[in-house]
Parts: sequence; C-alpha cells; structure tokens
Amino acid sequence: MSDEAREIVGDYRYGFHDEENSTIRFDNGLSEQVVRDISAIKNEPEWMTDIRVKAYHHFVEREMPKWGNPEVLKNIDFEAITYFLRSTNATKDDWKDVPEDIQNTFDKVGLREAEGTWLGGITAQYDSEAVYHSIREDLESQGVIFLDMDSGLREHPELVKKYFGKVVPHSDNKFAALNTAVWSGGSFLYIPKGVHVEMPVQAYFRINAENMGQFERTLILADEGSSVHYIEGCTAPSYSSTALHSAVVELIAMDGAKIRYSTIQNWSNNVLNLVTKRAHAMKNSTVEWIDSNIGSGLTMKYPAILLKGEGSHAEVVSVAYAGKEQHQDTGAKVHHLAANTTSNIISKSISKDGGRSTYRGMLQVMPKAHNCRSKIVCDALMLDPDSRSDTYPTMEIGNSSADLEHEASVSKVSGDQLFYLMSRGFSEQEAMGLIVNGFFEPFTRELPSDYAVEMNKLLNIKMEGSIG
Amino acid sequence: MRVMSEEILKISNIHVSVEETEIIKGLSLTINKGEVHAIMGRNGSGKSTLANVLMGHPAYQITSGEITYYNQPLEELEVYERARAGMFLSFQYPSVLPGVKVGTFLKKSIEAVRGEPVKQKDFRNQLKAAMALLDMDRSFWSRYVNDGFSGGEKKRLEILQLVLLQPSLAILDETDSGLDIDALKIVSKGINQVVPQAGCIVITHYQRLLEHVKADCVHVMIDGRIVKSGGPDLAHKLEDQGYDWLEVDA
Repeated sequence: MSDEAREIVGDYRYGFHDEENSTIRFDNGLSEQVVRDISAIKNEPEWMTDIRVKAYHHFVEREMPKWGNPEVLKNIDFEAITYFLRSTNATKDDWKDVPEDIQNTFDKVGLREAEGTWLGGITAQYDSEAVYHSIREDLESQGVIFLDMDSGLREHPELVKKYFGKVVPHSDNKFAALNTAVWSGGSFLYIPKGVHVEMPVQAYFRINAENMGQFERTLILADEGSSVHYIEGCTAPSYSSTALHSAVVELIAMDGAKIRYSTIQNWSNNVLNLVTKRAHAMKNSTVEWIDSNIGSGLTMKYPAILLKGEGSHAEVVSVAYAGKEQHQDTGAKVHHLAANTTSNIISKSISKDGGRSTYRGMLQVMPKAHNCRSKIVCDALMLDPDSRSDTYPTMEIGNSSADLEHEASVSKVSGDQLFYLMSRGFSEQEAMGLIVNGFFEPFTRELPSDYAVEMNKLLNIKMEGSIG
Repeated sequence: MRVMSEEILKISNIHVSVEETEIIKGLSLTINKGEVHAIMGRNGSGKSTLANVLMGHPAYQITSGEITYYNQPLEELEVYERARAGMFLSFQYPSVLPGVKVGTFLKKSIEAVRGEPVKQKDFRNQLKAAMALLDMDRSFWSRYVNDGFSGGEKKRLEILQLVLLQPSLAILDETDSGLDIDALKIVSKGINQVVPQAGCIVITHYQRLLEHVKADCVHVMIDGRIVKSGGPDLAHKLEDQGYDWLEVDA
C-alpha cells in the first residue's frame, strides 16, 4: 500500500472500493414511498409491505436510544443515506456470472478461498442484495434451506411469515424498526429435524457505495435436534462520510437444537453499526453468540438469548477492540425464563489510542425459573492512559435459587510482560500483538482455525504503528 | 584444551542506578565462550540488577563504564535486538502471558530470534527433543505461558527456552531457587547442553547448582561490587562460612 493510500485508510486493509455500477440506486433519503418502492421492486406479498410501512411509522415516532453514544446517534442524518442499491440483477450461483470487480472484492476479503475449502455454503451480499450464493449439494439434499432473505421470502413465504419479527418485533427499538421498514438481503437458514450441518455456512456483508445504508435481515431456524454453525463477516470501504449498517438477526433453536452464530465485524471507521440480535432457545437447546467487533466508528450491539425452554443453555463470547475514534458499546443479554437453564457470558475488550469500549449487559432470572446458573466474566485491557473502558452490568434476579457468578477486571499491559517478551526477541509492537492475541484467545479458540489465524492477523494490523 | 579464548562479553567498571539509587558501584567482568561464571551474594547485593542491565531493562541506567558484546557497545541495542544477537536471560520471576500458548510462544520466539520462519515440522522435532531432555510432559505446549505454573514449572520453561534458542550468552538469574533436587538436575542438564557454545553467567545463592554445572569462576558480590573471585572452591567456602568473612575484607 502506498503511503498516500495508508494515510487515507489508516491500517484498515479492506478500505478499498470498486467503481459503482449499480443497476438501481435510490436517491438518498427516507419516506414511506421509499419503503413502498423497496417492497415493490422486490415484488413482495402485501403482508410484507404492510409490515414495512407500519415499522416505518414506528421508526419516525420512536425516540433514539438513550444508552450507547447519544451524541453520535443524535447526529445521524437519515436523509443523507441511500436505502437501496442493487448491483446485479440477480443472485448468481456461479462466480463467472458475477461482475469481475465484485468477484475480486470477495477474493480480496478471503471469502472465495474459504468457500472452496471448508464452508458448507455461502451468501455474498454487496450493498443491498446478495450477488452470489452457493450451498453444498449434500446439505440441500438433506433439506437444509440456505438462501438470501429475499429469495427466502419468495420461495418459503409461509415459513417467513410465521417467524419474521417474532423474535425481534419492529417495535423493539428505533433501529429494529428502521431495519424492518427497509430491510434487504441477509440470510434465511432452515435446518430440518435431526440434521447436523458439519461444515459452517457463511454470509459475507460488503458495503461498497458511499453513504450506503445496509439493512440485512437474517432468520435462522434450527428444527428439533439439529445443529448449525453460521458465520458472518463484514467489511466496507473507508469513506469520509457516514455509512449505516443496521441489521436484525433472529434465531430460533427448537427443542434440543444447537445454533452457533459467529461474527467477525470489521467495518471501516465511517460505518455506524447498530444491530439487534436475539435468539429464542427452546427446551434443552443451546444458542451461542461468538461475537467480535473490531471495526466501525460506533457499534451498539448486545446479542440476546431468551432461555424459554427448560434445560436450555446460552453462551455469549464477545470481544471488542476500540482503537482511535472508535466506540464499541457491546455486551450480552440473557433472560432465564425457564427452570434449569444455564448461561455463560465472557466479554473481553481492548481500548487503545483513545478508543472507548463499553460493556453493557443484562442478566435476568424470572421468578418461576428455578435452579438457574449463570457466570459472567468481563475483562478489559487498556493499552494506554488515553483510552476508556466502562462496564454497566444489570442483574434482575427474581428467583433465589439462582447460582450466579460475576467477575470483572480492568488491566493494563505490564512493563514486566513487555520486557519478558522483548528479551525473547519480540519488538515492542510484536510483544503487544502477542499479549492482545492472548487476551482474545477465549474468543479465537471458538473460531474455525482459518478464521482464528485471520483474526489474529487482523489484530496485529490494528496494533501496527500504534506504539512509540 | 582451549586454543584461544573467544571474548563474548566484557563489562568495564560499570555503575548502575535505578531511580537515582546506585545499585552497582563499579563492576568489571569478562566472559569467554564456553565459560561458566557463577555470581553469588546475598539478597540486595546487585546480582539481579546485573542480569537486568545486561538484558537492557529500561528501569536501569548505566551511569558510567561500558559493556561490550562481541566487541560492540551493548548500550546501542534495544532489548529485542540483544535477544536477536544471541543474548538470553532466564528470569527469576518469568511473566504470566494469559491466552498465549507455550507452543505458539516458543515457535514465534525462535523465529523472532533467528529472523526467519521455522517449519512447523522442524519446530515440533526440536521441541520434542528439548522437552525429552528436560523430562517435560507434552501437555506443556498447549498450556498458557506460566499461567498457573508452579515455581518449578516456570523455571523448566525458562530452561526449555534456553535450550531451544541456543544463545551465545546465557544469563541465569536464580534459576535454581525453589527447585527440588530432581528438578535441579534436569535444569542443570539444560544448562550443560548450551555451555560449550556459549558464555554463561549463573546467578545463585547456593553452592548446590555448582555440583551439577561446572563453574570456571566464582565471583562474590557485596554491595554492588565483586569483592572476591576464585574457582569452585570459593563456592564451597561460602556454603560453609557464609559471607561475613568477605565483608571484613570489603
């Protein structure tokens, strides 16, 4: 990378962009007509249009969240955002049919290589819609449905109608309302009873155009006794103007099912990432959010799990890296609604160069939920005195039989650790990188090994040039 | 028989301070290849300061005198450059590195010191051989560096690094303290394996390590100076008589 380029994009490796060749691009700005136009362009059934319009009005009336970063939220100019941009006329199942520059982009972010080696299926979304999609035949023949959400609605309207908005209603918060109004793309994944999807499936979300708003909507249904690992990655070009990413993700793990949802979020710093993710866990099921937030200027995201069925289990491993001009306001919410449910929350954050990380957590045990267990561990690592870390844990415990543990720590890299590592041949920057990688190890060990390696590289790039 | 001695380290009359307090008050020492120099003395005599200043700990200032390593002034080298130039310090209190696996740490360290990538297979073989020499269990390499290690395990990991990194100058800061006799023998095996190719400074309180590692010279430090140097006999005498007789001399 030239010095000039580095100056513009900093140490962000994915800050490049393709020339825009949209087939449809809406003018910036939001209105009921924009919402209706999106629905019309997609030839949606009327019930979906109605949901969208209703959500739009709720969005207009709804107040901004008062938590997170109200200053930044207040300054979002919703009229300066593009709400729909179509890059190709259809989702392709052969890369050869995807425009070359888009192919190259997904090459550069590493998706195509992963597709060929260890993924069961992928969806590649570019701005508003999926441009490429594939699924292994063996999964398809077992009845696994993996589609982009628009295709999901077209091909399985009854399933979508039954579950859409049931986990995250449009009235949940302002940004859930916005997403419901203007959603486009995302994944629809259904795993039939008893099917175990051995290879992970992945969605990749790429924003390319300037001032883009990306509003993907994802619904994952794991039927009884099934299991799946879904991975999402995201990157965007570095622009000086704001882009908005506001997704809604709904998961339902039916009796005895297991869903693992892994995120490697690496947006450029001009992206505001305001996402609502929630899961319902039925009897004896397991839901795991493995959530990393490395990029974006502001992220507000608190993956939630409602433990609705007896014996269900929630696991949230969340890591955040807040560098220069970044605020990661993240955490987890677990609601124990049934007896004998268990949860584990591990949150790890690093703040550097004036970056700010916030843990915001909610643990709730309902009165009738007997014999629940929960463990929460929050660790923050500060790499310099200019950075900031805050923890806001909330607990509402309505049943005295609950067994709860909560540990929190804020630490700094010690001079002794640095000296020790440097005495073993590591430069100060390499030493910091090792310490940071080690700090995030509880997260990376949950990732497929290729992604763990990628994640560590990513962190090392973030550490570059930051010391001295 | 040594045909000619190759000088590795030369310390010429150094004075060292920590936060304005002088700890080392004029110390000179020359180490040649293949030589083991034992440095003995009470707590607070400046032994660990010497180890730290040689490795370049930023808290220690050399206020006068000079150290050369292979005839080059050491002062110009950063800590990691000293490691890459073949210096090694076995820490009295090695740091805990949470989440960093021993295997990863060792491989990266070898690569950093040698300045080139090492094939996974070669590394595995080297590691297996070194761990066998030191009677270490394979489960070691997937543990986090020094995290939850006993004192003895920490020292063994230091010696494992010593054996893998094959330094030209090894400084062992009280590597023998807290070890039982079996561990002491194993640690000595590691030291003896690198000695022929390296100069070695062994800082210790006890004579017993020197039963397993043959010292060419024994130096006694009191109040920031070497007050007495001699052969292995000196260590025996210290064991029997303590340091008081030397303090009178000093």
